Amino acid sequence: MTRVGGGFLALIALTLPLWLPSAYHLHVAIMAGIFGVLALSLNLLLGYTGQLSLGHAAFFGIGAYTSALLTLKLEWSFWPALAAAIALAGAAGWFIGRLSLKLRGAYFVLVTISFAGVISLVSVNWIELTNGPLGLPGVPAPELGPWSLRTKTAYYYLVLAAVALSYVVSRRLVGSRIGRAFVALRENEALAESIGVDVTHYLVLAAVVSAAMAGLGGSLYAHYTRFVSPEVFLFSYTVTMVIMVVAGGKGTLAGPLVGAVLFTALPEALRAATSWQWQMLAYGVLLVLLVVFMPRGIVPHINASFSRTPRP
Amino acid sequence: MEQLLQHLVNGLVLGGTYALLGIGLTLIFGLMNVVNFAHGEFYTLGAYAAFAALGWAGVDFFVAVLAAIAVGAALGWLCEVTLLRPLRNESIDTTMLVMIGVWIAMQNAELLVWGGVAKSIPHPFPTAPLVLGPVAIAPLRLFVLIIAVGLIAASWLLIQKTKLGRAMRATFQDRDTAALMGVGIGRIHAATFAFGSALAAAAGALLGPVFLAYPSMGDLASLKAFSVVILGGLGNLPGATLGGLLLGVAEELGAGYISSGYRDAVGFVIIILVLLFRPAGLFARQERIA
Repeated sequence: MTRVGGGFLALIALTLPLWLPSAYHLHVAIMAGIFGVLALSLNLLLGYTGQLSLGHAAFFGIGAYTSALLTLKLEWSFWPALAAAIALAGAAGWFIGRLSLKLRGAYFVLVTISFAGVISLVSVNWIELTNGPLGLPGVPAPELGPWSLRTKTAYYYLVLAAVALSYVVSRRLVGSRIGRAFVALRENEALAESIGVDVTHYLVLAAVVSAAMAGLGGSLYAHYTRFVSPEVFLFSYTVTMVIMVVAGGKGTLAGPLVGAVLFTALPEALRAATSWQWQMLAYGVLLVLLVVFMPRGIVPHINASFSRTPRP
Repeated sequence: MEQLLQHLVNGLVLGGTYALLGIGLTLIFGLMNVVNFAHGEFYTLGAYAAFAALGWAGVDFFVAVLAAIAVGAALGWLCEVTLLRPLRNESIDTTMLVMIGVWIAMQNAELLVWGGVAKSIPHPFPTAPLVLGPVAIAPLRLFVLIIAVGLIAASWLLIQKTKLGRAMRATFQDRDTAALMGVGIGRIHAATFAFGSALAAAAGALLGPVFLAYPSMGDLASLKAFSVVILGGLGNLPGATLGGLLLGVAEELGAGYISSGYRDAVGFVIIILVLLFRPAGLFARQERIA
């Protein structure tokens, strides 16, 4: 992306609350931002190391529950709770990374699904801590110094900052030696190892950063909806993240963000016309079609068609 | 002691159907190198097909189970021919994503057709349990166990004794060599996927009346099938059978002696532990079939 284009997009993102027609549109923008963080998080694993996590909702949920429980039960303020959510989700990522360091492909998928399944069952059954299926209402809105970030506009900027942070972290990571090691692992693990890439170290690192980022998204979600229940572990969250990354373009930085905006705005736009089940059905069909016809995703596809047209 | 025996019997009933699920999945993985995340949806399909056959066509319960198996086989065949065949030379990750898409699409199509309310499937068996010494078993559950064992035996015979089974084993060992020897790989793949899906549908039609039929029932079934396959080792048919029975018993014991809320966690924990410590499965020296 050119510098001008990037600046233009940043300007749009920064002034969005000024020209969006209603609070509802701002709500959609906030959700798109939260999913942007989640999609960037999944992209680090799926797009760069090539490992598909189908338990990413677990890290999201761990972040949401950590933040909600600390602010509700221990009356922590938002910022330390956010930090704890990121740290605990990252720790869970470390655990999964260490556990599955010998596993690849389908086996990694299964371990992540199982992990999410166990965590979800714990959230339903450990009623003293999590209030079981009823969930935890009344999660407080975050505060920044003397100001409460209760309004949608304020929260939008908080989420935007989180997206920017996740983007910068991804970009720095991917552009560094570490990112090249990730890609080397994805392309040919044996070859990467033979030239001295420490496979275990880098896979665990990718899992930790990815999970921590999902924890950030979870905490933002909890303090935005002000309510956390075992539904945060729903598989549909993971599916949505996967679709966003695969559709947008895995292994690109802009792709997951494009996917997040598209797949938050599109269902909202279709909401009047269709029910939720039709959307999920369409997601499934779309995933099949994308894998078959546009396997690299929207952003790489567009880039490729642009670079093919000769410049004047 | 009597309680333990009762748990064992209940576990075997569940385990028989888990074995059916596992055998189908392990064949599809071993032969086609496809990680079939839609496997549980064929289980759901079986339950609803039986329900529809009973409710709409008004057929006999046993015919309904057969109809479910036929529907499972037909849709499995269709799925292989339309989606998997064009992708045969793609990587395992590509087909895995496609099957995840099929899973989501099938589940929500079922939700649209049948609604979210769980359906109870009627069956002709008396509800009073048969008391056999220290254990009691509902006649329906006994029927489920008998049919499951029969289907497992039939699968074994198919793989070991028929020409199709020999071609399947050859394809498993070496696809290219089998093709050179005149085995029609496309036909074998379609037959394998149809067969595996039919077994999953049979499990759904059998367990549907024991529990309830609802659109997301396949999610847990998929995970259980994967637990079974991982327990037994990929592509290992006796392993999948034993693994299924083992998982059923382990779940019953876990629910009985630890906490019923964590019943379904048993499968998850088994997946994680086995993959960590015995990634080739409990019973196998290496990945193999039949």
